[in-house]
Amino acid sequence: MSVENTPSTAAQEAANPAVDGSELIRFENVTKRYGSNVVLDSLCFDVASGKHVTLIGPSGSGKTTILRLLMTLVKPDEGTIKVAGEYLSHEERNGKLVPAGERHSREVRKKIGMVFQQFNLFPNMKVLRNITEAPVHVLGLSKDEAEQRARELLELVGLTDHLDKYPSQLSGGQQQRVAIARALAMRPQVLLLDEVTSALDPELVAGVLDVLRDIAHSTDITMLCVTHEMNFARDISDDVLMFDAGHVIESGSPEKIFSDPEHERTREFLSAVL
Amino acid sequence: MSWDWNVVEDFMPRFWDGVLVTLQALVMGSLIAFTLGLFWALAQRSRRRWVSWTVSGVTEFIRSTPLLVQLFFLFYVVPEWGPSMSPLTTGIIGLGLHYSTYTAEVYRAGIDGVPTGQWEAATALSLPTAHTWRAVILPQAIRRVVPALGNYVVAMLKDSPMIAVIGAFEMLGEAQAYSNETFTTEAITVIGIAFILIAYPASLLTRALERRLVR
Repeated sequence: MSVENTPSTAAQEAANPAVDGSELIRFENVTKRYGSNVVLDSLCFDVASGKHVTLIGPSGSGKTTILRLLMTLVKPDEGTIKVAGEYLSHEERNGKLVPAGERHSREVRKKIGMVFQQFNLFPNMKVLRNITEAPVHVLGLSKDEAEQRARELLELVGLTDHLDKYPSQLSGGQQQRVAIARALAMRPQVLLLDEVTSALDPELVAGVLDVLRDIAHSTDITMLCVTHEMNFARDISDDVLMFDAGHVIESGSPEKIFSDPEHERTREFLSAVL
Repeated sequence: MSWDWNVVEDFMPRFWDGVLVTLQALVMGSLIAFTLGLFWALAQRSRRRWVSWTVSGVTEFIRSTPLLVQLFFLFYVVPEWGPSMSPLTTGIIGLGLHYSTYTAEVYRAGIDGVPTGQWEAATALSLPTAHTWRAVILPQAIRRVVPALGNYVVAMLKDSPMIAVIGAFEMLGEAQAYSNETFTTEAITVIGIAFILIAYPASLLTRALERRLVR
């Protein structure tokens, strides 16, 4: 994990241990604006393969935008993003960097899976087909292989009994666990978790977080997680990035960030949410 | 005013001819309106400007001109430099084309009503665009709009007598011709009742579908 950001880069580099794996995700000077509102300001950071990174910070600080950029749901205004060594929103043509075509983006983003705040399951498909649809039609798995994979994943998320139901017949927590299984069925290298428990009733949150803890501890998948569940962040994260106004203002191990934050803004934020 | 059951009985053979024409116009016209309307709705969203603009212009034009004028145009003008078709075929095409511009708007609303999260989930799973339309967006959009489409079937039924003006004698055409020939009025009453007997079950069916589909 290494972070450079326009203000105060040196201090952070010193505070961070050297990258130990190869970097899987690299943001270089990424700027994203909505109108005159600068959401990300010349942001640079890397995520090493297999790491679990949690993005924290006040709402509107650009955390979710990072996930949406990685999923190509929005495009950066400036800068480049690389995933596993390949440009995400750009491609090289005749030695020049040009905006990526749809085909190129699709290839690169196959490496990335995402779980959304609002689940976004396909309501017209039963649980099993929600999970098998993309493996069959994108990866070219046979229906049997895809269903086998889906059953294994449903077991992982504890929903084997529900594969024949429609999403509307499940609770929010169950729907979110199906959504996790659906994302994992594509065997992504990176899993993006966008406030996955924010839309859930309080009593359903634990079930979803338990599943994610399981996945974090038992697989080598790289995770990028935006969450307000600080205990969860502490449990699963290798690194925590504190965002404010489009910058990473502080980063480090969860122990350090949660127990001994350096930055005043971080302290304020944590005392408000913990 | 008197009511003569013998007149009714005498009208029956032509009545059934008319019913057959009405039902053919309604069923075939609806099929054209449903499929062509979907085609318009998708073409209007094309990224190629000239496609979306042309389609928007054509459908707006058809929607804003009277069905009657369109029927005359199809029947008398088109054959001047194109195919000439039977009155019934012309009537079916006219009804289907006219109503396709309404169903296009219905589909458009249905498609717009599918939450963006569905598109985002499809993107996150790398589903190709065509497959996203087919498997994710359209099934949800169409489910929402079936009741509205049903309403247009009833509306089309009520417009179907217009095709009599180009010689496709549906129920009203037959009844009017019969009444003129025999100086009677019963036939008109008979077809009035027949319209209710077709339209009312159709709206009941629409409402039943609405209860089932829109959740």
